[in-house]
Amino acid sequence: MSTFLLQAEHINFSRKGKTILHDVSIQIAEQEIITLIGPNGAGKTSLIRILLGLLKADSGRIQPQKKLRIGYVPQKIVIPQVMPLRVYDFLTLSARVLFGSNKLSDEHVHAALKELDIDYLYAAAMQGLSGGEVQRVLLARALLKQPKLLILDEPAAGMDVIGQQTLYKTIQMIRQQHHCSILMVSHDLHLVMAATDKVICLNTHVCCTGHPDDVSEHPEYIKLFGSALDGLALYSHHHDHEHDIHGNVIESEHCLSCEYNNGEKIVHSHRPVNSEIKTAIVHQHQQQHEDDHG
Amino acid sequence: MDEFVVTALLAGIALALVAAPLGCVVVWRRMAYFGDTLAHAALLGVALSIAMQMLPIIGVTLIGITLASLLYLLEQQRDLSTDTLLGILSHTALAIGLVVVSVLQANGQVINLMAYLFGDILAIDKTELWWMYAGVVLILAVYYRLWSSLVSISVNEELARIDGVKVDRDKFIFMLLLAMVIAVAINVVGILLVTALLIIPAASARLFVHSPQQMVFISIVFAIVAVTGGLFSSLQWDIPAGPSIVVMASLLFFASRLLRISRD
Repeated sequence: MSTFLLQAEHINFSRKGKTILHDVSIQIAEQEIITLIGPNGAGKTSLIRILLGLLKADSGRIQPQKKLRIGYVPQKIVIPQVMPLRVYDFLTLSARVLFGSNKLSDEHVHAALKELDIDYLYAAAMQGLSGGEVQRVLLARALLKQPKLLILDEPAAGMDVIGQQTLYKTIQMIRQQHHCSILMVSHDLHLVMAATDKVICLNTHVCCTGHPDDVSEHPEYIKLFGSALDGLALYSHHHDHEHDIHGNVIESEHCLSCEYNNGEKIVHSHRPVNSEIKTAIVHQHQQQHEDDHG
Repeated sequence: MDEFVVTALLAGIALALVAAPLGCVVVWRRMAYFGDTLAHAALLGVALSIAMQMLPIIGVTLIGITLASLLYLLEQQRDLSTDTLLGILSHTALAIGLVVVSVLQANGQVINLMAYLFGDILAIDKTELWWMYAGVVLILAVYYRLWSSLVSISVNEELARIDGVKVDRDKFIFMLLLAMVIAVAINVVGILLVTALLIIPAASARLFVHSPQQMVFISIVFAIVAVTGGLFSSLQWDIPAGPSIVVMASLLFFASRLLRISRD
């Protein structure tokens, strides 16, 4: 019970007569990295917003640990041009709200910036930053709160492969240094798998959940992402032995009735090194390109 | 210097001290039109205060609350945009205010409408000045307490909420402060020109600053310069004080724009 940082039980949420979340339950344990995947419109963002307390679920229970401090990194942030704001001002803002008037020392701010290799941005204006810099600043800002749980919304969106790799390394580093749990939203399948303890596959309901290797073989998962997997599944898991289809996956009635339709496609035997990943993706892109242009 | 000039100057400075800091938040949060609406409605507040024999500041604040609540309710319907709704509320309130004033006048009340519309800074007496400064101290004290959350909300409401800022409560308190500033400003520049003193100094300051705090301080300096310059040119050339204060503020604004052009 107390081992979970945050528990959400039987969350239902609908908007304008459309069911967005149906009976969703998730648990976040200490120092766990969880990735929430699912197609567009699967309710990922709504779930996150409910966990953050920005939206109210129609029914269900959210149970955070006492005094749970959550750091949140939105996908992007637009700061009005008319607002003069340096990175330093932005970083100390939430801390001042949280910890009262005795604001953070400069050392804290510098340390947080250094950790993310953006020390040089200390006095830069927020509006002049690049997308990648903004995200690092947002991450630094979240870390300054000393959160027990870090929630990242689509952290890899709009990044190139190198950027994504650096990001996932950073995420591992954050867990080790800050001893916090991390919940990420993503619809990038490729690199997610490598950096995650638990994957939750969401499509209005929780389709399946478990270790990345298990989930990637789950029929519901394959049904959702089958076509995307064709080109990319080769490095998502090992498959050199016989498998129980469901593995450790928590079964839902829906899943039991699924077909294991794309099964053969995901049989591969090794995890390639980084360069191979790049090659694979480039290759796929080229193929698509050729397809598009005949 | 004549005593009435000193009183007028102190009254102008009182307004500058509160209008500029609140104006910064108004500019950050794109609330200029809301400020304008609040100001227009203030005439109704004043008229009701006269009719019910209470302090103008109370009537103005009450009308401000009513207006903000009405706006909030209308916004829930979502088929009309906020600026349309504000345009409607603003002029409705002004029209009702003018009607109530004329009814009061017809019933024998002596109301100098022009003084409310355009201000009458030279007519401010000592007692009023004391009230104004009491208001200034209160407004600035609350503003100081709210500073962090006001900046957070201006930067990003969602992040502010997650950080535990009481966003709705603080936005409401800010609206009350704004209504109080307008009550303070009525005597100085009048309700038709209040918004100018809120947003022009803040907008002029933007070019010279790098942080929210700097913007507040520089805009106060600009506002004081505008008030002082406007008041003395009004005495010098015998022109109305309220408008000349606003003209002075605008001159500073356009000077800052020219500077920006020459910098680029």
